[in-house]
Amino acid sequence: MSAPPAPDGLLVLDHVKVEYVSSVGAVTAIPDLSITIRAGESYGLVGESGCGKSTLLMAIMGYLGPTGRIANGRIVFDGADVSAADPASLARIRGRGCSIVYQDPNAALNPTLTIGKQLIEVPMLHEGVDAKTARAKARQILTDVHLPDPDAVLDRYPHQLSGGQKQRVVIAMALLANPKLLLLDEPTTGLDVTVEAAVLDLVNELREKYGTTLLYISHNLGVIAKVCDRVGVMYLGDLVEEAPVHELFANPRHPYTRRLLACVPRLDTDKHTTTFLPIPGQPPSLAGRPRGCSFGPRCAGFDAPRCGVAPIPEEPAGPGHGVRCVRWRELDQFEKTDAEHVAPATPGVEQVMRSADLSKVYDLGNAFMGFGSSRQLIANEDLSFQANKGEILAIVGESGSGKSTFARILAGLQDASAGKLMVLGDDLSRMPAHKRTLEQLAAVQMVFQNPDATLNPSHTAGFSIGRALKKFGIAQSRKDLDARVKELFGMVRLSPHLARQRPGRLSGGQKQRVAIARAFAGDPKLLVADEPVSALDVSVQAAIVNLLLQIQARNGATIVFISHDLALVRHLADRVVVMYLGRVMEMGPVSSIFSPPYHPYTEALLAAVPVPDPTVKQKHLRLEGEPPSPINVPLGCRFAARCPRKLGPVCDETPPPEQAAPDGHMIACHIPVAVLARVTPIFQRVQTPAGAANPS
Amino acid sequence: MGGYIIKRGASLILTLFAASFLVFAVTEFSPSNVARKTLGPFALQSQVDILYEKLGLQDPLAVRYTRWLGVLLGLKADPLQDPALGLQFKDPRGDKYFGNFGYSTLYKAPVNDVIWSRLKATAALAGIAFALIVPLSLLFGVLAGMREGSGLDRTISVFGIIATSVPEFASGVFLVAFFVVTLGWLPGTSPLDSGGGWPIWSQMILPVTVLVLYDAGYVVRMVRGSMAEVMNKAYIRTAVLKGLPMRDVVVRHAVRNAMIAPFTVILLQINFLISGVVVTEMVFAYPGFGRMILDASLFGDIALIEAATLIALTIAILTQLVSDVGYAVLNPQIRLA
Amino acid sequence: MSATIDNAAAAPLTAPVDKAPPSLLRRLPQSRVAMVGLGLIIFWVALATLAPLLPLDPPNKQDLMALADPRPSARHWLGTDFKGRDILSRLIWGARTVLSVAPLAALAAYLVGCPLGLAAGYYGGKVDTIISRISDIILSFPIIILYVILIANIGPSALNIVLAVVLTAAPGIARIVRGLTLEQRHLDYIAAAQLRRESALYIMFIELLPNCRGPLITDFCLRVGYTIITIGILGFLGLGLPPPDPDWGTMVKEGTAMISVRPHMSLFPSIAIVSLILGFNLLADGVRELSLRD
Repeated sequence: MSAPPAPDGLLVLDHVKVEYVSSVGAVTAIPDLSITIRAGESYGLVGESGCGKSTLLMAIMGYLGPTGRIANGRIVFDGADVSAADPASLARIRGRGCSIVYQDPNAALNPTLTIGKQLIEVPMLHEGVDAKTARAKARQILTDVHLPDPDAVLDRYPHQLSGGQKQRVVIAMALLANPKLLLLDEPTTGLDVTVEAAVLDLVNELREKYGTTLLYISHNLGVIAKVCDRVGVMYLGDLVEEAPVHELFANPRHPYTRRLLACVPRLDTDKHTTTFLPIPGQPPSLAGRPRGCSFGPRCAGFDAPRCGVAPIPEEPAGPGHGVRCVRWRELDQFEKTDAEHVAPATPGVEQVMRSADLSKVYDLGNAFMGFGSSRQLIANEDLSFQANKGEILAIVGESGSGKSTFARILAGLQDASAGKLMVLGDDLSRMPAHKRTLEQLAAVQMVFQNPDATLNPSHTAGFSIGRALKKFGIAQSRKDLDARVKELFGMVRLSPHLARQRPGRLSGGQKQRVAIARAFAGDPKLLVADEPVSALDVSVQAAIVNLLLQIQARNGATIVFISHDLALVRHLADRVVVMYLGRVMEMGPVSSIFSPPYHPYTEALLAAVPVPDPTVKQKHLRLEGEPPSPINVPLGCRFAARCPRKLGPVCDETPPPEQAAPDGHMIACHIPVAVLARVTPIFQRVQTPAGAANPS
Repeated sequence: MGGYIIKRGASLILTLFAASFLVFAVTEFSPSNVARKTLGPFALQSQVDILYEKLGLQDPLAVRYTRWLGVLLGLKADPLQDPALGLQFKDPRGDKYFGNFGYSTLYKAPVNDVIWSRLKATAALAGIAFALIVPLSLLFGVLAGMREGSGLDRTISVFGIIATSVPEFASGVFLVAFFVVTLGWLPGTSPLDSGGGWPIWSQMILPVTVLVLYDAGYVVRMVRGSMAEVMNKAYIRTAVLKGLPMRDVVVRHAVRNAMIAPFTVILLQINFLISGVVVTEMVFAYPGFGRMILDASLFGDIALIEAATLIALTIAILTQLVSDVGYAVLNPQIRLA
Repeated sequence: MSATIDNAAAAPLTAPVDKAPPSLLRRLPQSRVAMVGLGLIIFWVALATLAPLLPLDPPNKQDLMALADPRPSARHWLGTDFKGRDILSRLIWGARTVLSVAPLAALAAYLVGCPLGLAAGYYGGKVDTIISRISDIILSFPIIILYVILIANIGPSALNIVLAVVLTAAPGIARIVRGLTLEQRHLDYIAAAQLRRESALYIMFIELLPNCRGPLITDFCLRVGYTIITIGILGFLGLGLPPPDPDWGTMVKEGTAMISVRPHMSLFPSIAIVSLILGFNLLADGVRELSLRD
C-alpha cells in the first residue's frame, strides 16, 4: 500500500486523491490511495458498488471527465506520470502502454462500424502500419481469443455477435497494441456462468502467452480468486486491506473484508448450517464520508477515540498483508464469525404447486404473407415438477433457459400453451392475472429482479402496498391501511417512515425489501422470486436472503426461486430444477444436484461457477460454442449440440429418458445413471500454499 | 428490400386516398358554396342553382368524391368543362386524361397549367434553403455537441433557441426593416422578374435567409442533442482510450452515430419547409406554390386545393421513404422489412 | 407474520440514501435559461391580466390626431397603427387572446392525445395500428396547409383555432405518449399492478401517465410556443381572429403594408410575438436540461 515505489512497480499509485467538482463543491471519491503493481502480476481490486474502483481505473487512464480531477498524489505508469501527462503522451500511454477491457461489451463497441474497422485502427495508430497489415494482425488476434471464423467476424457488426463473442472482441482490441498493463473492469459481469468461465480461462491463457500485467476489478470474490495473485479490498474509496490472494481468503484482517466473505454463499455450506452475516446499515454517500475510519459507522468494533478521529494508517499484518484497521488484532473479540442462526422453514408434504407437461410456445409469425414455414420459439416444454408447502424450489439455468417464462406463467403475467399448472387445487395454466380470482391472485405473488423497476417512481414506497391491501380486501380504512403498511415495513425491517418516500430516495436493497413487503401483503401461499437479489451487492444480497428465509420460517410460504447463481441456490434451496433451452435437464434435492451423478450440463455449470475460495479446485470442463437459439431447437436432447459426453446420433434424434436416481433425483440423459455416477466430484480442496499459512 | 418498397408504396397510395378524402370532406362540406364560388359573387341565384344541379352537388359526399377521383384518374370527363354549362372552361389536354386535376375556378385555367410553374419556383426556393440548412446544421450541431457545456456549445444552443422562436413572418419583418428599409441593399419583394431593377438572385436572398434561420435553428438543436448523447456513450470512451486523437474520435466514431436520430428530423424539415414557404412567399410576394395554396383556400378553389395537397403530401411521404431507407443505411442494426 | 423479527445482524434500515432531487418546479431557479423564459412569460401574463387597470387607450379607439404622425410619442409609446390606434394598447389587449387561446388549445390537444397514446402503447395490437395509422396520415400533412384549408373553410374563431390545433397536435402528442408508454409497458411495477388486478384505465392513468410527465412538460411548453406561432401565422395570412379586436399576427400583416415608411407598425408586434415564443421555448429548454440532470 504505502510501500515506497518498488523499482519493478509497473504501475505506482502514490497517495492518489480523486475529486469530483460540481457547482455545490468538491466531493472526494478517493481520499488517499497507494498501490504498487509489479510487472507480470495479476492484481485484483474488489469492492461493492460505489467503492470507487471504477473511478480509480479511469484515473489511471487519465479519463475522469470534465468534473473529475486528481487533486493530490501521482499515478506513475512505466516511469511516466499519468496525472501530469500532456494529451500527446497520454494518447501514447492509452492503448499502447495500458489498455482496458470494459464491463459491458454491448456498449463498448461502436454499433455502426464493423469489428474489423474498429480493430485495425489500433495498429494503424500505434504502429503506423497500413490497413492490410493491420487487418492481418487483427485476424491473428481474433484467432488468439478463440473466435471461430475470424475473417467473417472482421466483417460483422457488433449486434451480429453474442455477448461472449463481443467480450472476446473487446479483449482482442485491448491486446492488439501489446499493452504492458491490461485493466479489466468487471469484464464478465452480465455474462452467463459458462461464458464467464471461458472468458476467465482466456484471460489466464493470454496472460501467460503475452506476459501482460493485469489489474482486475470485480465485485465478485469468486472471479477474483480465480484470476488474481494479489487482492486489494476497497471501501468508500479507501484500500482497507491488501494481501496475496490465498492469505486474504484464509485470514481476512479487516472487519469489512471478513463480513464481505461471510456474505458470499459457498458451495460447502447451506441454510441449515450457516446464516449469512450481513453488514448493518449502508455505505454513506461520498459527501457524508465519516471522520476517521470510513467503515466506522457500520463496524461492530467501532471505538470512537481510536477509530473516529484521524485517518487510519496502514499496518502490516503478515508478509505482503496490509490492513487499515487499528483494532485488527482484536478482530475476533468484536467480530462474530457466525450470525445468530435462525432455523429455516421445514418443508411439509402438502403439495402447493404442480406443473404437468407445461409448455409455452411463442408464434413468431409467418415469413412473408403466409409463405414459408412459420417460426416458433419454444420457451418451455413439458415442464413437470412440484413444490410443497414451506419448500424452496430453485429453478436454475442460463439465459434462454426459459426459467423466467415459467415464473411469469406461474404468477399470471402470461398464459401457458399446453399442460397443467395446479396451484392449491386450481389449474392456473391458462389463467392470466385478469382471469384469476382475488384469492388466487393473493395466493401467488411475485418479487421481481430489477429493484429499479419494481416500484413506480411516481408513487411512494408504501403506495403499491396500500393498493394491494385494498384490492385484496385486507384493509379499507385509512387507519387500517397505515397500520398494516407499517407492520409490513417492520417485517422487512424497514423504518415505517420510508413508506412515504419515493423510490428515488431508496437504495436497491431497500426497494427490494419494499417489493417483498408488497408481495406478502396478501399473505401469499406461494412466492415467485425471479432473481430477486441478482442486481444487488453481495452484502445486500445476504441480508435479503436472510430476510426471505426468516419470513418463510414464520409463515410457511412456498418459494419458487429463479436464479442463475448456483452457489446461492446451494445455500437456500430445498430442491432444484436445472433447465436448458426450455426443458428440465435434472432435478432433485439440493444435495443430489451438487454431487455425482450429474447431468452433463449441470456438471459443466458447476465446473464454471466462480468459487470464492482459492483452495478449492474445480474440475476443468468447458462447453463449446454458444447456446443454440430457442427458435430452431434440436429434435432430441436440447443439450446434445454442446454436450461434452454426447453418445452419438441417438442424442440428436431421440429425446432423452427421464432416469430416476436415489432420493427423488431425476436426470434426463441417454447415459445410464450408473455411468453418470462414476465421475469425480467437481470440487476438490487442495493444499493451502505455505506462504499463506495462518500465522496466528 | 423489394417487398419493403412495395409495402411502402402501397401505404403511400393509401395515405393519399385518405388525405384527399379528408381535404375533400373539409372543402366540400357545404356544397352550395362550390357552385357559388365557381360562378363568383355577382352570379344570379338561379344560375347558381342550375350549376349546383348540373354538377351533381346534391349527391352524397362519397359519390362526389368518387366522381372527382374518376376525373383525376382519367376515367371520367371533367364536368366543369361541359360546354352545356356555358362556363367556357377548356383544357387543351382534353377533358378526360390521367392526372386531370380539374379546372381552377380562381385562375380560370386548368390546374395543370397553374400549378407546375409555381411548384418550380417554390422548389428553387426550398431547394436552396435545404441545401444550406443541412450542412450548416450539421456543422454547428456537431461543434456544439462535441463538448457539452463548453462556451461554444452554449452560444450555439442559445442562438438555436432564438432562431426557432422567430416565426418566418417576424424574421421577414426584421430583415426587411434592416436590409431593405434602413440599408437599401436588397429588394423587399421577390416577384422573380427583373422589372424592378433588382436581379433575380438578389430577390432570393431574403426569402432563403428567412427559411434557413427558422429551420436550421431547430435542426442544429437536434444534431447537438444527439451528438452530446453519443459523446457520452461507452464506445466513445473506448475510442478515446484506444489513444485515438479527438478529431478521429469525432469524425470516425461519433458523427455517424450522431446522425442516426436527427436524420429523420432533417428530412421531416422538407415538410416544415413547405409550411414555411407559404408564409415566406406571402412576406415577399414570391410567385410560388405556397401563396397559391393560400389564395386557393381563401377563394375556395377545390380543384386547386386538392391538387396542391396531393402534391405536397406526395413530396412529404416520399421524403419519409427516403429517410427510412437512409436510416437503415446509417444504422446497420435496422433491416428494412 | 405480524411482529417484526429481531436480529441484531440486520438492524432496521432507516436513513434514506443520497437525497434524490426535489421536484422539477422547486429546482427551476437552478436553470438560468428557464428563469429568463419564465420571466418573459410572466411579463406578458402580468400585462394581459392588468390590461383593464392600465392607463391605456381602448385598443380600438382611433386617435385621428395621430394619423398624421403615427410614430412613437409620449402619448403613444409604441406609436399608432394605420388607423391611429395605440399599438401598445393593442399589443397588451392582444396578449389576452394569445395567452388564453394558445395554452387552452395545447391543453385540449393533450386531453385528446394522451388517452390515445396511452391506449396505443398499453394495448398494442389493433388498437395501436389504428391509432398510429391515423396519426401518421395527419402528421404527414404540411401542417400550415392543413391549418389554412381548415380555417379557410370553417372560419376564423377562437374555438375553431382550438379545434384545428387539437386536430393537428393530438397525433404528435399521442405518438410521444405511446413511445413513453411502450418504454414502461414491460416494467415490473406494471406487472405488479396487474398482479393485484388493477383495471386498464387505472394502470394507464395512475401508473403510466405520471411517469411521462418530464418529457410532456417540456413538450407542452414547446407546443404552446408553437401554437402562438401558428396563431400568429394565421393572423398574418389574413385568417386571424375577426377584426377589429387586436390580434398580433393581423397587426404584423397590417403593418407590413407600410413597412417602408412606418416600420414600427410591424416591428413592435413582431417583437412582442418573438418575446413570448422565446419565453416558452427557453422555459422548455431549461425544464428539459433539469429533467435530464437527475
